[in-house]
Amino acid sequence: MTSKFEYAPAPESRSIVDIKPSYGLFINGEFVDGHGKSFKTISPSTEEVLAEVAEADEADVDAAVKAARKAYDKVWSKLPGRERAKYLYRIARIIQERSRELAVLESIDNGKPIKESRDVDVPIVAAHFFYYAGWADKLEYAGRGNHPQPLGVAGQIIPWNFPLLMLAWKIAPALACGNTVVLKPAETTPLTALLFAEICQQADLPPGVVNIVTGAGGTGQALVGHPGIDKVAFTGSTEVGKAIARTVAGTDKKVTLELGGKAANIVFDDAPLDQAVEGIVTGIFFNQGHVCCAGSRLLVQESVADELLTKLKRRMSTLRIGDPLDKNTDIGAINSAEQLARIRELSEIGEAEGAGRWSPECELPSHGFWFPPTLFTDVTQAHRIAREEIFGPVLSVLTFRTPSEAVEKANNTPYGLSAGVWTEKGSLILSMANRLRAGVVWANTFNKFDPTSPFGGFKESGYGREGGRHGLEAYLK
Amino acid sequence: MSDRIDVRKTYKLYIGGAFPRSESAYSYEVRDSKGKFVANAALASRKDARDAVIAARKAFGSWSGKTAYNRAQILYRIAEVMEDRRPQFVQAVVQSEGLTPARAEKVVDAAIDRLVWYAGWADKITQVIGNANPVAGPFFNLSTPEPTGVVAVLAPQESSLLGLVSVVAPAIVTGNTVVVVSSYDRPLSAVNFAEVLATSDVPGGVVNILTGSAATIGPWLASHMDVNALDLTGIAGDAALATDLEVAAADNLKRVRRAPAAEPDWTLDPGLEPMTAFLEIKTVWHPIGV
Repeated sequence: MTSKFEYAPAPESRSIVDIKPSYGLFINGEFVDGHGKSFKTISPSTEEVLAEVAEADEADVDAAVKAARKAYDKVWSKLPGRERAKYLYRIARIIQERSRELAVLESIDNGKPIKESRDVDVPIVAAHFFYYAGWADKLEYAGRGNHPQPLGVAGQIIPWNFPLLMLAWKIAPALACGNTVVLKPAETTPLTALLFAEICQQADLPPGVVNIVTGAGGTGQALVGHPGIDKVAFTGSTEVGKAIARTVAGTDKKVTLELGGKAANIVFDDAPLDQAVEGIVTGIFFNQGHVCCAGSRLLVQESVADELLTKLKRRMSTLRIGDPLDKNTDIGAINSAEQLARIRELSEIGEAEGAGRWSPECELPSHGFWFPPTLFTDVTQAHRIAREEIFGPVLSVLTFRTPSEAVEKANNTPYGLSAGVWTEKGSLILSMANRLRAGVVWANTFNKFDPTSPFGGFKESGYGREGGRHGLEAYLK
Repeated sequence: MSDRIDVRKTYKLYIGGAFPRSESAYSYEVRDSKGKFVANAALASRKDARDAVIAARKAFGSWSGKTAYNRAQILYRIAEVMEDRRPQFVQAVVQSEGLTPARAEKVVDAAIDRLVWYAGWADKITQVIGNANPVAGPFFNLSTPEPTGVVAVLAPQESSLLGLVSVVAPAIVTGNTVVVVSSYDRPLSAVNFAEVLATSDVPGGVVNILTGSAATIGPWLASHMDVNALDLTGIAGDAALATDLEVAAADNLKRVRRAPAAEPDWTLDPGLEPMTAFLEIKTVWHPIGV
């Protein structure tokens, strides 16, 4: 075993962010007090209260939808695409200029390592706005007819795992296509969306084009059920996605749903095992496993299972858990006490059902919400840890003998968001890619995202695509 | 000498390439537009719908796995066989829809031409709606459409032939398999169409046709967990039923093509939407390097 390097702490300074004691709602270009209650947002790594945030009630949501409608009718739908584009370019530039501030704030509010918010989330957020900015005046070339029309007002609900990135995935294409939006960030991670509201002000975006309503499930329900919206875009759990599909039934609201997953990451015996180990680690431990497309089921060919597991355990032993703002940190805090409880519960069920649990020795901080990187061996397809989305740093290991068996096991799930394949044989990659029922297939890589590349699921992982040319369809008639 | 007595036919279901009677043993009287008895048709039951889904699921792997060229050939073959049977289809349209023979001929022409049109899409739709993505990194990145799976189709009630072809062809040309509930009052074209399918190289189970009531069978298909998508075109104008079926479809997040307020004008250019409604975009990444 390699010994673990000792690292001196290298924390990123918090001084760049200015968290206010309390936040209102962003409606019609201004921060306003909500009519309802407020809630606290905390740092999951310290449990420190960061701010009080307004909880939008039905009246607040109604005000936001009306502001968005007015902005759509009077301003945004009349603005030529090339002018909309310039606003989006402005926003993209400001995001780049304030990238450090956004990254630090994201890590504080979400618990994810600064390495990730700085190097992955925020750069892709800026890139997403740049990409869709360029579409705003080229929509007639998108292959959807000569006169593609916006839908109107979009109600958008995003999760807590990639708060700012999911905001970008929702707002950038909506605005580029000429829609206005009311967006609800997740209850536990509202701060970067509120900072984004300031960025909209800084960019002189016309009032009402972007509205941000903070709150919990009730706020989301008020938004989805509001008769004044033309579109619902949701990223989150499959359970809530189904509830949304029921709510909008019988209406004209267009819907896109990006939901859960239980992705298989399939390693064949000829794969470059060291690279595969890196891909497995990225697949399940990136962002604490709070990733809908996480490679949470490792399917390894029987003949290399022992060798791969030895290498994987060795690599897991070098992962550093702790302060999200430390630049050396690989795994940050679990986002909430509630999520930590779910991860613990399912892991205990995994043990109780007979799977073998293993984690490297690691010290967890005394405050905050933490869970060590964990793998389960001897997992069968019937185990709950092989069927249910854990949404945490927990990997279930299964084995297979033939490609057909791998396909059958990989597809044996109601989900179909993503999959991974590791082999040096090109023809095998292509045949696996054809046979896997998933919206994204990563071959000899994993968890890669790009604004030009559409993302979304098959089956119960939802419908519609975000990103790329295909992402425009969600916001055009 | 008395006149010859007609051999009256009882129309059966079309499931998995065979023509079974309804498991329920029920049938119903089919009358022409003037109310005159034409034939008896099988009244499909819940069990028939479930059998049809099993047949469609079984056929999906090999149908979606065929080359696009092959699927195009088979759809074109359906058109060829229909062309052969023009008089029979014209008669069915006259009887069912009450059109003059001249108008009915035009409808049959349009239905056959639509099949030819869709046949040509089999090996082009991927090029039109798929594309390479220029990601900011050393990766090959390609997005292509794939069929959604088993699609339950409630076929139009009024346009018994052109409408039927216009909802079935776009679903199957891309590799989906379908369970179709035909027009209740006007099932003759659907029954004839089934007989064409059975002799057109279409593998059994790719298209399954149930004669019966959309309101009765629709809920079983909408809530069936092994159905991936639902086309509600056939209940145009019935907002209450459409809402119920869309709610039921949410249990496994079926892709739903919503019911229009009124039956569409089937003579218009369909565009891509009837095909894209039942396609999934798959994106494959691979590193570029050594």
